[in-house]
Parts: sequence; C-alpha cells; structure tokens
Amino acid sequence: MNRDNDTWVAQLSSAGAEREVALTELRVVLFRNLRKALAGRPHVDNSFLEDAVQDALLRILDRLDQFQGRSRFVTWATSIAIRVALGELRRSRWKDVSLDSVLDDTDYAPTRAVDSSPSPELLVQQEALFHKLHELIETALTEKQRAALLAELRGMPQDEIARHLGSNRNALYKLTHDARKKLKSALQNAGYREDELELTY
Amino acid sequence: MAFSKREIENLLRLVSRTKDAELNCEECLALVAEFAEQHLAGKSIGSGLQAVEQHLAVCDECREEYEALLVTLGKIDDDSPA
Ligand SMILES: [Zn+2]
Repeated sequence: MNRDNDTWVAQLSSAGAEREVALTELRVVLFRNLRKALAGRPHVDNSFLEDAVQDALLRILDRLDQFQGRSRFVTWATSIAIRVALGELRRSRWKDVSLDSVLDDTDYAPTRAVDSSPSPELLVQQEALFHKLHELIETALTEKQRAALLAELRGMPQDEIARHLGSNRNALYKLTHDARKKLKSALQNAGYREDELELTY
Repeated sequence: MAFSKREIENLLRLVSRTKDAELNCEECLALVAEFAEQHLAGKSIGSGLQAVEQHLAVCDECREEYEALLVTLGKIDDDSPA
C-alpha cells in the first residue's frame, strides 16, 4: 500500500490497529532496503537484518517528531536504518580492538600515495607542505586531538574512539573538527593559501 | 603515535575541506535523505544542503551510509509514492 508522508506519520503515531499495519509494512520495506544496501558485506544475514530493522524501528518511532517531510518518509527511515545497521557492523568488528593498539600499530608503514608522476617542482612543494603539516600535528594539537585524528584515519569507528576516550560521538566530532580547523588556520598563517592546500589532488 | 606519510596526506585532504561551521554526524543524518533525493533527481543543491555535501567530504562514516542509501533508492519507488 502506498502512503504519503503524512499518512505514515499519522498511522505510526496512532494507537489503533492501523499503527500495527503501518509498522509491519515499514518493517518489510526497511528489511528489503537494508538487504539491498548491505548486500555482499560479511556478517549480514537475515538474523542480523531483522535485529537491525527492529533497532531501527525503535529509533524511528522515537524521533518521528523530527521528520520534517522534506524527503519521502521511507527514504528518511531507511537513512536511519542504515546508520543503525552499519553502526552495529562497525561495533562488532572493532569491539575488541583497543585504542592503544590502533595508535601503536606499526603496520601502517609510510607509503608514497601522492600523484605517482608529479613534476619535480610539485614534488618539492608537496614535501614542504607535508613536512609543515607533520610539524603542526606535533606542535598545534593536544594529545587527545592527535589520538582521535589518527585513530579515525586508521578506520576506527567514531563511536568506538569516543567510547575509549570516555566521550560521545558529537563531542568527538567537535574535538576533531576543532583540530582540523586549528591545522588549517596554522597552515594559512604559515603562508599557504586555501587552494594550495588542495594542490596535490 | 606516529602519522605515516599516507596518513598525513589523507589528513591534509580533510584539512583542506574543513569549514569553520560544519554539521556533525547527527545533523547530517537529519538531512541526508533529502540530499540524496535531490541529488538523484539532478536538482541543484540548496544552501542548507551544501553543508551535507561538505560533511560527507570530511566524514567517512556518513559518506559510507550515504552511498548505501543511494543503493536503496533505485527500488524505493514501489513502496512509497513519489
Ligand atoms: Zn558524519
């Protein structure tokens, strides 16, 4: 059955049998969408999907009043379900990994990842910029900012980093955002223009 | 705690895309469905949604979620009216 946005919200907010019908239909749609979105990923089976849909439904119902009708309801609900499901996959993959082991890991060997054939002049500029940024990481950031940025660059999920730091995802975002802003403004104070920071891409 | 050259390069990319005001992940989630639909419809992205685009450029997790959402949107039509 096709519902418009208002009908979805009204039925999910109601107390009667129509709420149960809407919930059942939303469950089916989210299951199908999640299965498609996560196809091919390890550990994604029907049982995982059913649990993720159940968790997502609770979260969707909890924030029904935040839906502003600026997209289709199902798209909005699916975006929440994807956050729940990918969050769960990340958590189960990283739950036994300590922050220290991520930060100390020596497998992250330096590799030459920039443009494989830059001109000598560009190469010199890149090297100088990298050197400056490296110096600023050491001098301009707090220990906590360095740790959070590096763990993120090594793929540790934000929720996990936040947990290890005794923080939460919003506070962690602020921490790393402040760190990026500090580095950017320090590079600009050192004479790099905004467009020069993108030189290497 | 040592940044490799590759990590410095990746960090530089993030730093170059950094804005003074950014959405956090929760604020991005509230807007990403609208952003995805507009993007797929080929509509130009309004100023409110440019902040979503910017967040997706600096946040790998939200980017991964957005890409997963795009995958689903092709088949959403039979479940919900346009
Ligand atoms: Zn994010």
